[in-house]
Amino acid sequence: MLDRILDSDIWYSFRQSKVTMTAAVVTVLLMASAVLAPLISLQNPFDPASLDLLDAFLPPIWQDEGVWTYPLGSDDQGRDMYSAILYGSRVSLLVGFASVVFAMILGVGLGLISGYVGGAVDAVIMRVADVQISFPSILIALLIDGVMRGIVPKDQHDQLAVYVLVVAIGLSQWVQFARTVRGSTMVERNKEYVQAARVIGVPPFLIMLRHVLPNVTGPVLVIATIGLAVAILTEATLSFLGVGVPPTEPSLGTLIRIGNDFLFSGEWWIVIFPGFTLAALVLAVNLLGDWLRDALNPKLR
Amino acid sequence: MRLKSLLMATALGLGLGLGLGGGLQAKELKFAFQGTLNSLDPYNLNETFHLGFQGNIYEGLIRRGADLTIEPALAERWEVMEPTRWRFHLRKGVKFHDGSPFTADDVVFSADRSRAEGSDVKTRIAADTKVVKIDDHTVDFITSKPNPIIHVEWGTWYIMSKAWAEKNNAVSPQKLSGNEENFATRHANGTGPFKLVSHESGVKTVAEVNPDWWDNPNKEHNVTKVTFTPIGSDATRVAALLSGQVDMAFPIPVQDQKRVAGNADTRMLIGPELRTIFLGFDQYSDELIYGNVKGKNPFKDKRVRQAFYQAVDIEAIKKKVMRGLSEPSALMIAPSLTAIKDDRFKRHAYDPAKAKALLAEAGYPNGFETAMDCPNDRYVNDEAICQAVVSMLAKVGVKISLLAQPKAKYFPKVLAPNLDVSFYLLGWTPGSLDSWNVLHNLHGCPRVSDSAAVWNKADRDKIGRGKFNLGGYCNPEVDALTDQILSETDPGKRNAMIEAAYAKSIGDIAYVPLHQQALAWGVRGGIELAQRADNQFAWRHVQVK
Repeated sequence: MLDRILDSDIWYSFRQSKVTMTAAVVTVLLMASAVLAPLISLQNPFDPASLDLLDAFLPPIWQDEGVWTYPLGSDDQGRDMYSAILYGSRVSLLVGFASVVFAMILGVGLGLISGYVGGAVDAVIMRVADVQISFPSILIALLIDGVMRGIVPKDQHDQLAVYVLVVAIGLSQWVQFARTVRGSTMVERNKEYVQAARVIGVPPFLIMLRHVLPNVTGPVLVIATIGLAVAILTEATLSFLGVGVPPTEPSLGTLIRIGNDFLFSGEWWIVIFPGFTLAALVLAVNLLGDWLRDALNPKLR
Repeated sequence: MRLKSLLMATALGLGLGLGLGGGLQAKELKFAFQGTLNSLDPYNLNETFHLGFQGNIYEGLIRRGADLTIEPALAERWEVMEPTRWRFHLRKGVKFHDGSPFTADDVVFSADRSRAEGSDVKTRIAADTKVVKIDDHTVDFITSKPNPIIHVEWGTWYIMSKAWAEKNNAVSPQKLSGNEENFATRHANGTGPFKLVSHESGVKTVAEVNPDWWDNPNKEHNVTKVTFTPIGSDATRVAALLSGQVDMAFPIPVQDQKRVAGNADTRMLIGPELRTIFLGFDQYSDELIYGNVKGKNPFKDKRVRQAFYQAVDIEAIKKKVMRGLSEPSALMIAPSLTAIKDDRFKRHAYDPAKAKALLAEAGYPNGFETAMDCPNDRYVNDEAICQAVVSMLAKVGVKISLLAQPKAKYFPKVLAPNLDVSFYLLGWTPGSLDSWNVLHNLHGCPRVSDSAAVWNKADRDKIGRGKFNLGGYCNPEVDALTDQILSETDPGKRNAMIEAAYAKSIGDIAYVPLHQQALAWGVRGGIELAQRADNQFAWRHVQVK
C-alpha cells in the first residue's frame, strides 16, 4: 500500500512542490497541536476556575513583564494566549471539518440524485442552488445562524452554538458539491458500465452509490479541501461578529474579536497571535487544496 | 431669452446660497454611545442614557443644571402650601414642538401616564399622590404623607402633550417587554431645546435646534443639529472619535483612554460617576429559575450570599478590568451623595477560603450551578466584570453559565414583570441623587400589601416600591425606615435613619456592591460641553467652534 502511494504520480508532484510540502507540514502541525491541546497546553482556558484575573494583560515572554507561565502573553481575563490558541484552533477545526462533512453529504447526495434522475427533480434542485449561489456564503450562514438562534431557547445557546454553526456553514456550502457532482454524474450516467448495470436490474440507488459515486470522488476531494479553508474562515467571521461560539469557549475568531478591543491600547498580542494562527491555517489548507486540484487534473499535467 | 432666465436663476441660486451660508452657520454635533436608543417614549425605560437623551427633547417641571442643582424648567416656581400639598406655577407661553400650548392639563396627563401600566418610571410620583389642576397654569400635588423631596425625582419625569398623545393614540406608555409600539416610540413632541428630525433605532437619530424654545434668550449652546449614532464595538467607537467621524463618544473603554488623551485632536473627560455597580440575587423564589439545586433556593441563605461576596476579588477587578478607574464600594450609593462617614461601612474582605467554608456550612460543600445575566453594552466593561466574577466563583466551586447580551435584550429579560433571572449584574444611579431613591427602588419589598407574596405574578405590573429590587429582598424594618426617611424634614435625624437603613440591608447582604465606575467621555477639540456626574449628556451646554 505504502509502495503504491510512494510510486504514484500524486506523490511525485507533491515532492516536486516545496510550497505544498511546507503547507502540508504547517497543516499537520496545527492540526496535531489542536488535537493534542489538553496534553501540550499550560492551562485549560475553558475552565473559568483556572483563570486568575490578576494575571491579565501580561505581555509575551520576550517583553519586560513576560513570564514563562504565559509564553505568548495573557488576555483580559488572564487566559494564557498559547493555550487559548490551541483550544481555539480545536474549535475552529472541529467546526470546519464537521460543516464540510455536512455540506459534502448534503451536496453529493443532492448532486447525484439531480444528475442521475434528471428532469423536474434536477431542475428544482439546481434552481434552488442557483438562487443560493447568488448570495455570498457568509450572508447565508449569518441568516441561518440568526434564524436558528431565534428557534433555540436562550439558555441552551451556548451548548448548541457549535451545532448551529455547523449547520449554518454546512448549508451555505453544499451548492459547490452538488453542482460538481451533478456534472460528473451526467457524464457517467451515459457510460456503458452504468447502462450495463441498469440492464441487469440494479436499483438506481445502488447504481448511484456503488457505480457512479466512486467515479466522481476526485473533484469532491478538491472542493472539500478548499471548502475546509472557507469553513474555518466563515466560522471565524461569525465568531468575530459575536454570533459564533461563546466567549467562555473561544474559537480563533472569538479570540480575535476580544483582541480587537485592545488594538488601540497596546496589548497587540491578544489579537496578533490568534490572527496569525488563523491566517497560517487557512493559507496552508488552501495551498494544499490548490495543489490537489492541479495534481488530480489530467489536463494540467 | 432662455439664456437670460438661466443666468438669472443661477444668480438667484448663488445669492440664496451665500445668504444662507452667511446668516445661518450650521453647527452640528455628532456623538456616539455604546448602546442603542430603542424607543423615544420617555416612560419606556428607566435608564440613564434613555432618559438623558429624551431630556434634550422633552422637559420636566424641574431640570438639573450642569452641576446637578435643581433649576425651574416648565414650572416657574413652586411652594409648599401645607406639608402634603405642593403648588407648582407653570411657565406661561411655552409651546410643544407641534405648536400646541403647554398647560396644566398636560401635567395631569403626564402624571397619569407615567403611573399607568407598562410605565417604567412609576416611582417618580407615588401611586396615591393626587394631581389637581387649579387653573391652566397651576397644579397641586397632594400626597398622603408629607414628602419634602417630592420634586427632586422629577429631573427625568418629562411632560408630554395630552392633545398630541390622544390624537396619535399614544396615551398609554410603551411597555418594555413585548414588541408593541405606539406613536411615541418613533416620534417625539416635547418642549425642550431640540426637536426630533428622524429616528432609526440602532442606526441614527437626528435632532435640530428648537427656535421657539422658551429659554432661548438665556441659552448656552450654539448647536443647530445633533446626530446620534450607536456604536457597540469599543474599538470602532474609539476609532470614530479619533478619526473625527464623531465629535464626542462615550463611554471610552478604560484601555483606550490613554490613546484618546494622547491624541492632539481629542481629550478625555474623566470624572467620578454616581453609578454603583452591584451583583443581585433572586432571594424570594422557592427554587431558582436557573440552577441545579432543586426544591430550595440557595440564595435565601445569607451565608451563600456572603460566600459570593467574599469570593469576589474587587481589587483585582479594579486593577485589571477597570485599570484603576473605579472606586470599590461597600455602599449601594456613591458615598458623596450621603453624609455617612467613609469608614462606617467596610466591604467584606476577599477570602476564597472563607467563602468555601461558608458554602459548606450552608450545605453546598461542592458548590452548585446557576446562571448569571449580564449586559454587554451598558456599563464600563460590564461583560469583562461578569466574566471575572464567573471565574472567581468557579474557584470556590460555584459553576455559573454567563449570558451577556445587549441591554435591549437584557433589560426586558431581567426587569419586572419577567424577572427571568437568578443572579445578575446591574448598575444604579439615584435620579434624585438621594438615598431614599436607592432604598425605595432597590431595597423596598416588592409586594402590594404586607400579606401578599413578594413579586406575586399577578401583581407585578402594580409594583411601585421595590420595582428594581429584582431579587425580591424584603426587610420590613428597612421599609419602615424608608417611609420615615421620605417624610422626615430634619437633616440630622434623616441622615441617621438613612445610615440605619443601610446598616440593616448591608447586614442582610441584600446585594454585593462592587464599585462606582468612572465617567469616561472622549471629546474632540473645538467642542465645549458640561460633563454631568450622573452621566447624562445635555446638549444645551454644548458649544461647537
